[in-house]
Amino acid sequence: MIEAYGLARTFRAKHATVEAVRGVDLQVAAGEIVGFLGPNGAGKTTTTRMLATLLKPTAGTATVAGHDLIAEPAAVRRRIGLVGQSGGTDPGCPVGEELDLQARLHGRTADGERARKLLARLELDGLWDRPAGTLSGGQRRRLDIALGLVHEPALLFLDEPTTGLDPHSRGNLWTHIRRLRDEDGMTIFLTTHYLDEADALCDRILIIDDGEIVASGTPEELKRRVAGDVVTIELDGDPSPAVSAVGAEPAVREVVVTGRVLRLTVEHGDQVMVRLLRALDAAGAQVTAIRLARPTLDDVFLTVTGRSLRDAA
Amino acid sequence: MLRDTLLIYRRYLRQTLRTRLAIVFGLLQPILYLTLFGPLLTKISGVRGFGGDAWQVYVPGILVQLGLFSAGFVGFGLIADLRYGVIERLRVTPVHRSALLLGRVLRDLTVLVVQTVALLATAVALGLRAPWTGVAAGVALMLLMAAGVAALSYALALKTRSEDAFAPLLSTALVPLMLLAGIMLPMSLAPRWLDVVSKCTPMRYATDAIRSLFRGDYSGATVAEGVAAVVLLAAVAFAYGTRRFVRENI
Repeated sequence: MIEAYGLARTFRAKHATVEAVRGVDLQVAAGEIVGFLGPNGAGKTTTTRMLATLLKPTAGTATVAGHDLIAEPAAVRRRIGLVGQSGGTDPGCPVGEELDLQARLHGRTADGERARKLLARLELDGLWDRPAGTLSGGQRRRLDIALGLVHEPALLFLDEPTTGLDPHSRGNLWTHIRRLRDEDGMTIFLTTHYLDEADALCDRILIIDDGEIVASGTPEELKRRVAGDVVTIELDGDPSPAVSAVGAEPAVREVVVTGRVLRLTVEHGDQVMVRLLRALDAAGAQVTAIRLARPTLDDVFLTVTGRSLRDAA
Repeated sequence: MLRDTLLIYRRYLRQTLRTRLAIVFGLLQPILYLTLFGPLLTKISGVRGFGGDAWQVYVPGILVQLGLFSAGFVGFGLIADLRYGVIERLRVTPVHRSALLLGRVLRDLTVLVVQTVALLATAVALGLRAPWTGVAAGVALMLLMAAGVAALSYALALKTRSEDAFAPLLSTALVPLMLLAGIMLPMSLAPRWLDVVSKCTPMRYATDAIRSLFRGDYSGATVAEGVAAVVLLAAVAFAYGTRRFVRENI
């Protein structure tokens, strides 16, 4: 659905030159939800706008929805939808009017029936005559999505879809996004700086930092590849028997001893924990507490870039 | 392109109808000038160089003032749209780029026509007597000028992208243009240096031309100059305006 090579964008302002995107390669297959994860300023929105034909790349090539990005932007626009970060509705304009105009601009006959069905699908029924400004945050976002779906695109770009929404609305929006993929086979490319969103929603994640993609894969792959589970063991008494016991376990990659606390990086921590406990018991170590922490995408980000996503945001 | 323009026009027309205040507000200043200042001129009209009957000389100036200010401020609406993300959303549709500009300008001209009718009605009530064809031609000239001003206002709005930057720039531009056009009193009364500076602004030619038309003088050089100035203004304004709408970093 998307194939991009060496996509780059440099902004030249009066005082400085900013390389917002420096050579991004990406592939997105049809029917998958791909997330672009990174801190603010990483180049997510710039890349999205380039792929959506709103910004001309300063370098690179891309094929989006089967058409060349530079040569056939109009053809690309017919097959994609874009839901921007700040939405795109005039608060004074009634919902129905916005949808109607959007449909007509795309050359669809003003079929009120189809527009109303779209609203119903996104839980916006009965809001046809309401000014967009009177909608709640979640409703407004769903309206933005409806406007992006009016022409039945094959690929939908969502730029920070849940920023600024309360947790309930976020979860609700995730459900709607998943349904688009499941029911319509839609390909969705979303950008986010929320770890939980990338984790919960995306089939694949591309981690972007400072204009470059630094890692990509499914959430599970990423977590497994760059970080391990962390098992923390608290002991009473001499730690040495415990240290040799865990050292013998092959799945343990790294052991860090701080006083009476052992911090182990292991693979498949949930399985290894059982063996560790037995080994520790056999060695006579006195374990007072044991904890297992699964890696998060923040750990992934930390490993790959040396910074925490939370701090960088 | 025509279809897209009409779609955009309809959208913004509906928006204006929802906030009728804007139409009245734009009309306020010219009506005040007309009713509170105009009558002062009836005594001066005898002065040499004034150019004739007080209302025939003054009303064209007020028309140009209306066109200038009504069209000059339209950029604010675009800045609001930019902030809401509407422009960005529309840009991802197949809509023709110049339709985005043209549709808005058509709406602005529609509002202007309504305001002009109100203004002229007031002027006639106060004592304006002029040939109808002359008045109609004058109004048409003013509308074309206003179209150019509106396009430039939108282009400036796209450039500055914020009210804080746009507002001061706009007022700094509009006030001299208004004064140099000879709106309050005709430039034929001006000393040479002022006359020369005034002749560098297109509105001066428009105002003089409309004054000619109001006197029933259709074929003089003044009218020709006015038409040429206004057509040139509109052409340059639209070329520049459309280019800004198409430019990539919006």
